[in-house]
Amino acid sequence: MKDTTGLFALPARVLHWLMAAMILAMLFIGVGMVASVSERHAWLLRIHKPLGIAILLLAVVRLAVRLHYPPPPLPADLPMPQKLAAHASHWLLYALMIAMPLVGWAMLSAGGYPVMLGDSLRLPAIFPANPIAFAVLRHLHTWLAMLLFLTVLAHMAAALYHGLIRRDGVLASMVGRRRGA
Amino acid sequence: MPESPTPKKRPHHLGAWVLIAAVPAACALAFGYVGGWLAPQRLTPKRLVDQFEANAGVHPGYRRNHAKGVCVAGYFQSSGQAAPYSMAQVFAPGQRTPVVGRFAIPGSNPYAPDSSVPIRSMALRFTQTNGQQWRTGMNSMPVFPVATPQAFYEQLQAQQPDPATGKPDPKKVAAFFAAHPETAAFRAWAKTAKPSASFATESYWSLDAFVFTGPDGQRHAVRWRMVPQSADDDGAAPTDADYLATDLRQRLSHGPLRWKLVVTLANPGDPTDDATRAWPTDRPTVDAGTLVVESEQAQDSGPCRDINYDPTVLPNGIAPSDDPLLPARSAAYADSYLRRTSEEAHLPGTASMPAKAQPEARQ
Repeated sequence: MKDTTGLFALPARVLHWLMAAMILAMLFIGVGMVASVSERHAWLLRIHKPLGIAILLLAVVRLAVRLHYPPPPLPADLPMPQKLAAHASHWLLYALMIAMPLVGWAMLSAGGYPVMLGDSLRLPAIFPANPIAFAVLRHLHTWLAMLLFLTVLAHMAAALYHGLIRRDGVLASMVGRRRGA
Repeated sequence: MPESPTPKKRPHHLGAWVLIAAVPAACALAFGYVGGWLAPQRLTPKRLVDQFEANAGVHPGYRRNHAKGVCVAGYFQSSGQAAPYSMAQVFAPGQRTPVVGRFAIPGSNPYAPDSSVPIRSMALRFTQTNGQQWRTGMNSMPVFPVATPQAFYEQLQAQQPDPATGKPDPKKVAAFFAAHPETAAFRAWAKTAKPSASFATESYWSLDAFVFTGPDGQRHAVRWRMVPQSADDDGAAPTDADYLATDLRQRLSHGPLRWKLVVTLANPGDPTDDATRAWPTDRPTVDAGTLVVESEQAQDSGPCRDINYDPTVLPNGIAPSDDPLLPARSAAYADSYLRRTSEEAHLPGTASMPAKAQPEARQ
């Protein structure tokens, strides 16, 4: 489908802002719960697992939306290194959105834990119980989270740079205002 | 772009650049605070487990507390009498649920002699046929010394061995108990408690309160205990350091060992958030069924080795109470589990596993 407005398609924009809030919340919940011995640990953990699966499902939908509605092109005068950085960081964000919940799920499976999303909803194990795999996946979950957080920060800074310094319509295309409006 | 000289634009751009740097920086600072790196005063699972290591050293591959133990396996036979109070499948009438358990003694030294502490522990993992699990870790005393994670941490700090003597400083320990009157019930128990000669003759208490939810949706605050069906031996006083495992093996060679699971129902107003206070003895109890232990295995190769007995892993029908020790146990056990599995995996930066367990008796 050819874009004529210079904006991201409406489903892409809705998914972007919804998932931006979910992923940022998820990153804070994750580091907060493993650094707490208080009641916070329990209730953050209860949110963490179903929210992670929700992000996984939405990420798959979002990938389909991305392939169905090609995003508006980057400004023609954007230097090539910045274009490359933009494309690479976007695909890295997609990869991490999908990998993080899967690694978390596999890690709980490898640790022999029942993967409970609520009081009685249980997901099947996606990895055989194995302490060595658990340790590797558990550390991977942390390191990928740190990479995701840094990528999100860079993404935020880049969006502000486009909106405040270059004023080239890139930020507007996701906020929802027409270019030049 | 207008060809105006740049100095005019600079103040505006400066503000924009400041904003571009400040937004991610503020996020990073908030992240650092929430994650505990920028909050050095907060008690975190890592600091709690570090204190265990400071007190007893690092024993790679072992649990950071209750390090010395033995795996057992068996099943739980439900009587059906707890089913009206909890809809957990494990309590359904006639239900038989497989159990992988572990007996242990408290402390971080896997080579400690069994007579070094008067407390024994029983940890169990029930695997229901619907795949949900009930994990519990119980101790052979009716009350816990402290009510909060912070007090527990302070107790560990007070018990840290003095480098000069290799033993805890009695003054610090006394000062801790003086500052924590809630430890009185535990200390009264500890005065008369003697290290038992067998795991099989001990009662094991849940200590923390939990909440059962019945099939009618009614919630009940409960505590539970495992009541032994084995009699004391009048044999000679054990002398070797590992007499508990030897005794367990001998008893199991003659047949399974049994405990009754007795659930105590709280009255309204009974404390659920304070493991230092026992409930009055007149509270109604329910005989939920029988735990049958059939076999034992060494902990370094048995099926309990890779289980984190996190007491907040619970099936539908059992939930944590508002006891502040429960989330702390969950968080600290997870940290300990990650340390020992990382050592098992020989990940860089972890303490290396001994090629063979050395039977050195470190105190």
